[in-house]
Amino acid sequence: MEVVWALGQVGAVWVAVVLGLIVLPSALGISLGISEAYMWVLVKTLEWATIRLQKGAKKPQPQMPRTPTANGIIERDETPMEKEIALLHGADFEFSHIFYFCRKGFEAIVEDEVTQRFSSEELLSWNLLTRTNVNFHYISLRLTVVWVIGVIVRYCFLLPLRVTLAAIGITSMIVGTTAVGQLPNSSVKNYLSEVVHLTCSRILVRALSGTIHYHNKENRPRKGGICVANHTSPIDAIILTNDGCYAMVGQVHGGLMGIIQRATVKACPHVWFERSEIKDRHLVTKRLREHVADKSKLPILIFPEGTCINNTSVMMFKKGSFEIGGTIYPVAIKYDPQFGDAFWNSSKYNIVSYLLRIMTSWAIVCNVWYLPPMVRKEDEDAVQFANRVRSAIAHQGGLTELPWDGGLKRAKVKDTFKEEQQKNYSKMLVRNGSVG
Amino acid sequence: SVSHSQITRLYSRFTSLDKGENGTLSREDFQRIPELAINPLGDRIINAFFPEGSDQVNFRGFMRTLAHFRPIEDNEKSKDQNGPEPLNSRSNKLHFAFRLYDLDKDDKISRDELLQVLRMMVGVNISDEQLGSIADRTIQEADQDGDSAISFAEFVKVLEKVDVEQKMSIRFLH
Repeated sequence: MEVVWALGQVGAVWVAVVLGLIVLPSALGISLGISEAYMWVLVKTLEWATIRLQKGAKKPQPQMPRTPTANGIIERDETPMEKEIALLHGADFEFSHIFYFCRKGFEAIVEDEVTQRFSSEELLSWNLLTRTNVNFHYISLRLTVVWVIGVIVRYCFLLPLRVTLAAIGITSMIVGTTAVGQLPNSSVKNYLSEVVHLTCSRILVRALSGTIHYHNKENRPRKGGICVANHTSPIDAIILTNDGCYAMVGQVHGGLMGIIQRATVKACPHVWFERSEIKDRHLVTKRLREHVADKSKLPILIFPEGTCINNTSVMMFKKGSFEIGGTIYPVAIKYDPQFGDAFWNSSKYNIVSYLLRIMTSWAIVCNVWYLPPMVRKEDEDAVQFANRVRSAIAHQGGLTELPWDGGLKRAKVKDTFKEEQQKNYSKMLVRNGSVG
Repeated sequence: SVSHSQITRLYSRFTSLDKGENGTLSREDFQRIPELAINPLGDRIINAFFPEGSDQVNFRGFMRTLAHFRPIEDNEKSKDQNGPEPLNSRSNKLHFAFRLYDLDKDDKISRDELLQVLRMMVGVNISDEQLGSIADRTIQEADQDGDSAISFAEFVKVLEKVDVEQKMSIRFLH
């Protein structure tokens, strides 16, 4: 009996601390500096660990460039097919032509540009999380001790704290938006809806120990516009709603997500599609167009890649979002992988294990750049416009651009690409009339 | 020979391709690589990994096939004069390419086989007649003993001026 009472007391103190130190400041939009202090300690610890690792390494590590993925692990000869084969004594067919395709094939087998984007980025230096321990071995007792302390801190202190916050955040979102949803449509309702959404976002960001740096806030998406960003994880949306209000676009889910969707749509005009509706592209475009045309509605948030990529590159943008019209506000999001891997590898982890991994990482640190608004030019079609926006985002975020479709995570590549290669080669063979 | 870090990297690559997580790769595992799937000779290349009659390749076999593409200068470091010829010697690299053409493994490239490989490379863009002429001319130029097929020796002769070492090598950056 006394044990229960004691536990109750502890629980009450716990909740009071959480409410007072985290929830209340979130509602008021102020910061007590606790996260900053935590981050400072964390950065110092990781710097120390990196130095220890470098000292302890048996062989001197070659100076690795800051972005190893840019160069990859093998030398790639990017000479185009025409030049390389033409170098082989003219454009008549030769047995040696096979070397070109052969080498390209083997290069792709050792390392290809696409499949590596669907798994987490490799770190330059170990960040004291077991999950990122690829090549790092036992170095010293001190390092191991720090690692053990890290495990205890993360699993026994941070995880319960974060789970509590997440629970509070989600519950207040549902309760708050349902309450606001009861009001008749008016500017008061809109204002209150924004307050609720912002507060809950802030609580959720704190639940992930998120440190977000927003750049160029003057370019923040305005009403009646479309906000477009690169996609790494489901928490991208929370990262963005932490700093502004958006109308979400997405498919209706079941379960907890569905409850949240149904509650929030009463307070704020989010655009949720039924599974059957999503297949009809014209319907989707029409509804979004109507939303965008209404200048009093919040900007819609879209992730044109259609799937989560590992934040080292931006893959093909689906043209649908760029056919709606209106002003596009591009946003680049770049996570710092040293503190925690935000990428959701949906073929490897389901959403619950993903959230658990996020909540047992050190922190989520990211940079968000708001880019100047873009409109489709008259001589541009949707695909060219999409590529232009994608370049801007990739350039700002320091990500590489890939013309491949993110859908290749699950689907096979289309035959048309192979046919294109065959066509290019054929053109070379027949060009000089060298046909026998 | 291959450095420790290179082996680690390749093993890491092998396991990331092994979706079934059973220590071997199947043809489907290779076809999941988009850049390989769009390669006109992708199927022939994938086939090179699988020994006769087998549908699975383990890490050992994977490395063995990849070893053909090690740069020849690597051999300078391990001067083993009495050992078997290394897989990445010029001769073995040429043999590897020869086997890409020699579909039925009878140590000769027949007109038919050459036509089939050419068809893979050009797709539907060249007519049968044109392709036939190309095959005829190519065989005629290389055929020395007049049997209308190309043996390995004739193959080597045709390519004697080509820098095979450079074209059939993959260099690691570290």
